[in-house]
Amino acid sequence: MRGRGATLAEAFANAGRALTAVVTEPDSVREVLSVEIACQAPDPEALLFDWLNALVFEMATRRVLFARYEVKVEGSSLAARAFGEPVEVGRHQPAVEVKGATWTGLRVAREGRRWAAECVVDV
Amino acid sequence: MDLSLLRRRSEFEWWIEPRGKMRVPGLLFASEPLVRAMDHKVFEQVTNVATLPGIRTASMAMPDAHWGYGFAVGGVAAFDPDEGVVSAGGVGFDISCGVRCLRTRLSRPDVEARKKDLADTLFRAIPAGVGSRGRIRLSGEEMDRMLRGGARWAVERGWGERGDLERVEEGGAMRDARPEAVSDRAKARMRDEVGTLGSGNHYLEVQEVAEVHDAAAAEAFGLRVGDVVVSIHCGSRGLGHQIGTEALREMLDAGRRHGIDLPDRELACAPVRSKEGEHYLGAMRAAINVALANRQVLTHLTREVFSSVLPESDLTLLYDVSHNTCKVETHELDGKLREVYVHRKGATRAWGPGHPGLPDRLRPVGQPVLIGGTMGTSSWVLAGTERGMKASFGSACHGAGRGMSRHQALKQWNGKQVVADLEARGILVRSPSLRGVAEEAPGAYKDVTEVVLATEQAGLARRVAKLLPIVTIKG
Repeated sequence: MRGRGATLAEAFANAGRALTAVVTEPDSVREVLSVEIACQAPDPEALLFDWLNALVFEMATRRVLFARYEVKVEGSSLAARAFGEPVEVGRHQPAVEVKGATWTGLRVAREGRRWAAECVVDV
Repeated sequence: MDLSLLRRRSEFEWWIEPRGKMRVPGLLFASEPLVRAMDHKVFEQVTNVATLPGIRTASMAMPDAHWGYGFAVGGVAAFDPDEGVVSAGGVGFDISCGVRCLRTRLSRPDVEARKKDLADTLFRAIPAGVGSRGRIRLSGEEMDRMLRGGARWAVERGWGERGDLERVEEGGAMRDARPEAVSDRAKARMRDEVGTLGSGNHYLEVQEVAEVHDAAAAEAFGLRVGDVVVSIHCGSRGLGHQIGTEALREMLDAGRRHGIDLPDRELACAPVRSKEGEHYLGAMRAAINVALANRQVLTHLTREVFSSVLPESDLTLLYDVSHNTCKVETHELDGKLREVYVHRKGATRAWGPGHPGLPDRLRPVGQPVLIGGTMGTSSWVLAGTERGMKASFGSACHGAGRGMSRHQALKQWNGKQVVADLEARGILVRSPSLRGVAEEAPGAYKDVTEVVLATEQAGLARRVAKLLPIVTIKG
């Protein structure tokens, strides 16, 4: 999955949206609840790994899907709010659970004026 | 894969000569077409695993090997207890994912008349798909009892029969599991997931024995042409996934602390004899017990359905195999019996005839090796061999492996059409997600029979019976 954005935070938010797209069509998810997420990691790539795994944990334990994210990244810390709703099998047709993010293909980098955040997730 | 990188040692064995930091050779078991079709990444991953401390004999790949994270899926590697390492990437996220096969005492015509009712009742009874919950709620001490007791715990709670246990690896309970090494977050992911199938490539399938290739072994396994069996493919659910995730993170630091030089951080590992290594092994063994308990509870739910829809049935366990594990086993190395930590990631344990760990009835013919296919093709029952014990630490393939990505499959197939096409061929599919069905379309997978044939020709296991699907419950 790949997230791109004008800032690192936007790239991370879009990587979160890509995570939802692995499971369902992100536009089918409504914003009826929100969850706060915070992570800390020694480098931006480990931060992406932790951010995606935090989302996987929240999706699994709350049985929710997320449509949108507000993300702030300051140094080695990330603070975010994820907006979404409980899984509704009929409407979302969720294809697969994401088991977790991996170190494979993990990359956070500047590409010209934009940021890219990507990695392989295991499903 | 570029064949010029390999040395062909026999028709089905391909060597990667040690070079650079490799401590042992690489060894691929496969036919020429399967090796050609393998991603170059498999070559890189087999080579990288060969550099890890304490690896013994060779870094191996089974005929269904494909690109994984760290280790290839289909990778087998054994490590010395004192000099070696344990790696979460060598086990996989879905710890102890595996297949269990039940005999039913029914034949195809018995099921054919009640097929639709059976499919619908199974679909209602088996929690499947994203967001599904099981009937059981676990917390505190009861969670820890499951983490120690596995299928044995489930049978003690009434979800199964005593006789089931000798047909499960480890007698149904993996020893030395450490519930205290399992994080609260991992336990939180498991609170209501016991007895759920999961999603993706996991399934419960009613199948017919279509062919028998080894009459003596089939008789010992209790399989005849026309018999109906049930196969269940799933793993350790959210708990296993969380342990895998946490271990990947923790082992990266552990490897650095212990001075392990990694060619790629995907190979994150810790010495077997280290605090971090022991912590992972304790948690991983608890996750193995979760998978064993989960398949046991699903067996109970399946028995309830069969006794209501087809009361003349009697479901007995043929065997239960796990294909994502690290286990301490004794193997012959350089003419001496030695203990090694065998990592099998997308590879099935396949003990040969005479192995003392097998139940009496199965010992003369070898361990049943259960290979999952797709909902439109076939699955296989193999048996372990003497040769496999020597050549691959008693390991064989695990399934077909994807031939294309989920994204590509979704573009190519429509879920409704896949269900209709399979129904026209007499296969009933029930799934909460049509998108999931499209992503799992039979055409998205490689040919499982080619993999099984190569496994047999390489001598790692031999074909006993081919199974064809009748009803598939997909997660």
